[in-house]
Amino acid sequence: MGKAHKLVQWDPHNIKEKLLEKYPPKVARKRAKQIMINEALENTTPEIVANVRTIPGIITMRGCTYAGCKGVIMGPASDIVNLVHGPIGCSFYAWLTRRNQTDGINDTDANFINYCMSTDMQDSDIIFGGEKKLEAAIQEAYELFHPKAIAVFATCPVGLIGDDIHAVAKKMREKFGDCNVFAFSCEGYKGVSQSAGHHIANNQVFTHVVGRSETEKTEKFKINLLGEYNIGGDGFEIDRIFQKCGITNISTFSGNATYDKFASANQADLSCVMCHRSINYVADMLETKYGIPWIKVNFIGAEATAKSLRKIAQYFGDQELTDRVEAVIDEEMPAVASALQEVLPRTQGKTAMIFVGGSRAHHYQELFNELGMKTISAGYEFGHRDDYEGREVIPTLKVDADSRNIEEIKVEADPFLYKPRKTPEELVALEEAGLEFKAYTGLNPDMALNTLVVDDLNQYEAEKLVQLMKPDLFCAGIKEKYSIQKLGVPMKQLHSYDSGGPYAGFKGAVNFYQEIDRLVNSKIWSYMKAPWQEKPELSATYVWE
Amino acid sequence: MINPAKTCQPIGAMYAALGIKGCLPHSHGSQGCCAYHRSTLTRHYKEPISAATSSFTEGASVFGGAANLIQAIDNIFTVYQPEVIAVHTTCLSETIGDDLPQIFDKAKKDKKVPAGKTVLGAPTPSYVGSHVTGFSNMVKAMAALAEPSTKKNGKINVIPGWVEPSDMEEIKRLAAMVGARINMFPDTSGVLNGPLTGEYKMFPDSGASIDDIKNSGSSIGTLALGEWCSADAARLLDTKCKVPCSILDMPFGLQATDRFIDALRTVAGTSVPDEIAAERGTLVDLISDMHQYFYGKKVALVGDPDQVIAMTEFLVAIDMRPVHIITGTPGKKFESRIKEITKDMGRAVNVKAKGDMFLLHQWIKNEPVELLIGNTYCKYIARDEDLPFVRWGFPILDRQGHQHFPTVGYKGGLRLLEKILGVLLDRKDRDDPEEKFELVL
Repeated sequence: MGKAHKLVQWDPHNIKEKLLEKYPPKVARKRAKQIMINEALENTTPEIVANVRTIPGIITMRGCTYAGCKGVIMGPASDIVNLVHGPIGCSFYAWLTRRNQTDGINDTDANFINYCMSTDMQDSDIIFGGEKKLEAAIQEAYELFHPKAIAVFATCPVGLIGDDIHAVAKKMREKFGDCNVFAFSCEGYKGVSQSAGHHIANNQVFTHVVGRSETEKTEKFKINLLGEYNIGGDGFEIDRIFQKCGITNISTFSGNATYDKFASANQADLSCVMCHRSINYVADMLETKYGIPWIKVNFIGAEATAKSLRKIAQYFGDQELTDRVEAVIDEEMPAVASALQEVLPRTQGKTAMIFVGGSRAHHYQELFNELGMKTISAGYEFGHRDDYEGREVIPTLKVDADSRNIEEIKVEADPFLYKPRKTPEELVALEEAGLEFKAYTGLNPDMALNTLVVDDLNQYEAEKLVQLMKPDLFCAGIKEKYSIQKLGVPMKQLHSYDSGGPYAGFKGAVNFYQEIDRLVNSKIWSYMKAPWQEKPELSATYVWE
Repeated sequence: MINPAKTCQPIGAMYAALGIKGCLPHSHGSQGCCAYHRSTLTRHYKEPISAATSSFTEGASVFGGAANLIQAIDNIFTVYQPEVIAVHTTCLSETIGDDLPQIFDKAKKDKKVPAGKTVLGAPTPSYVGSHVTGFSNMVKAMAALAEPSTKKNGKINVIPGWVEPSDMEEIKRLAAMVGARINMFPDTSGVLNGPLTGEYKMFPDSGASIDDIKNSGSSIGTLALGEWCSADAARLLDTKCKVPCSILDMPFGLQATDRFIDALRTVAGTSVPDEIAAERGTLVDLISDMHQYFYGKKVALVGDPDQVIAMTEFLVAIDMRPVHIITGTPGKKFESRIKEITKDMGRAVNVKAKGDMFLLHQWIKNEPVELLIGNTYCKYIARDEDLPFVRWGFPILDRQGHQHFPTVGYKGGLRLLEKILGVLLDRKDRDDPEEKFELVL
């Protein structure tokens, strides 16, 4: 029984109206500014409201600052002991729940990712303060593991009771001498989403770790890969391609990271920014302090991967590297093309919705485009306006109360380690040749006219969008997975990949094609009704008569 | 603490609240708490977990979260239209001293709570007890809704404790067989093991109704399954509504199920039907059939106190030797109960409340075992020590079936034994040398 071709007609203005109609007026006014009908205007991108508070009681996809700091940024670092200062829950929930894969190959061969460490604050600690307990926990972690570094994370009550975690960290760092102890004021109530936590984490890594390595990296074509978290082995695949091309990835922030890799980041000659949301400011700081220029890359999508490799080769301007990159692309692409040809007849013309992250909702449209699938609605969970509209809007962003309490660190050129990688003339020449530095486009300009862009989508709106626009696939996170699937629409997790992946690079693209084919062409969705529900009337004769 | 065998109170409160019909749990704290609990529960139950949050910001943390909660209540009743909102606190709102009853009063005065709708609240500070305590506190908040009555309705309250939806279903089935009319709360069966039909019901037509919970004050008695999960609520019903209670172990394994059935028929004044005796006999039969493989095998066990106590008794009953036993939840009685259950085992056991899995791992290294039982996190120990491993407890993040197949009751006992024997014999088949590898076991 073939499925009838589904033709869904919708008017975006009508959809927007329907999303808002049930809200109390105040909520509707606020949400209206975060729901945008994508209209390509001459020279300008329409403005969207993003990175603002979630409305209490509205079931959000967002998490907290601690989750962004400990879970996302620091979670993947294998040889740094992560110690959470707070009641047990925060550490427990961040225990191995993000798919922080690590190959454990580093100079110490230490991997602490499998451990969950917490000061397990009790009511007496809340009343009398938890600094002593924290000190004892740091001491215990040091004695047990002798790590290169111990990272301390504050949870909500720590900030409220005023424990000075930075003072404790400093004291212990000085006491140990051979273990770098530093702390993160990443209380969950700070900021409006995980994004604030990314910022707090990256700032501290930059302040306390980067530039401290004593081993000199002498390889050719040294880069940093910023904003890649090795979910499902994405980073492994990207590193495989780099190796094949002869590109040396000094430090990934922070997939499969180690202390020494972070510490060596200042030695790269180019920073490649993947998820700009979580890390563009680090790229800027690396440039200001150490003289490393940065470009935007994207390894989600086979074509995007090829393009990013070519950008890196263009930057280094070395014929041998350029030839090798082209050879690798030529070698990898046939398998990708044949996998795509296999699935394309079944995926072409299908539709998707993507609501994740601060860049994935954009990046993954590359893969869907390759599959001939249109993204009819998308948005970020914790994006900022520049992620929607493009980096050029940053100077015009308003700093509100919630952003103001997230520390911005000012850096200047390091008196010893600053070294311009290119002369100003060389940079200008590269720019003239089409290589853009410090630039990324937003999601909006890359989406079709009259698609819907929704910031901080919530459960109610998600359900409405699916019912009204009937996509063939919905992409979000674990919390959204089953409510969408109950509606009879397949759901793909694009945070954790549903235990799948990698989806980055060339092999990742092949995996993704096959996975999406599985999802949008599965028979499961035809089983929703039993035969007697589809045809409830009794016929005059029984079938066996 | 390293590798905890517990998590914090609010997640237990959220799970309990999902067992109320038409209820939206609400987390009064910063939005990460709610996100984490929903994620963990979703990964365990593989079902939608809807819950809202007060989304505290720095301002709310300084000036109090009342405005956030009142706005949340208004939005929730307008947008999602539940019958009930069950609010639990967090370490954040507890530390700043938000007073739920006072905020609820204000919400009612401001007409944010529509007529006929219920808002209930439980204090669940994350820095006291564990997820089990939070579950208990939310169940106690349910019991606080009970209305005293001199007219008894002949029903028995059953407070099942934090067991799977499948277990709750099984408890109802057993009670119906005994002929006991029960009023069970919370009840997550049908809520967290629902069907896929192409229709999403945010509030499935299942769970304990608010009316039934209120009527629990008219019941003839209460059976609380599990001291840690259920006793506080049962005692509150006793003092507030004069409903007498018995605190039983959770009905895992032979003897605890025997006591549960016996208590049910005693309070209900019915006789136990032959079908139940037959189910019991089947379990005894299986124990006898499998006994040679269980006898004397050393087991390490970690989980929540009520579960672990019942399981320890079951393991002892089938002649296994639970030698390392840990719960992360505090409670002095835990260690003494375990010692009492294992006193005739012929050796002392390692037992600890408020323990962690790091300690369990050290114990196993010092004295190896032949079987490990615990939640999914144990798989790292199982892999390191190459141990046969049965997943049981919360959370189970890497296997499915616990939502659908009970482990309570006699039938649940069959499933536990099948799982244990399965991993033991898989290991034997894997390790036996060629000449010892046999077809028939």
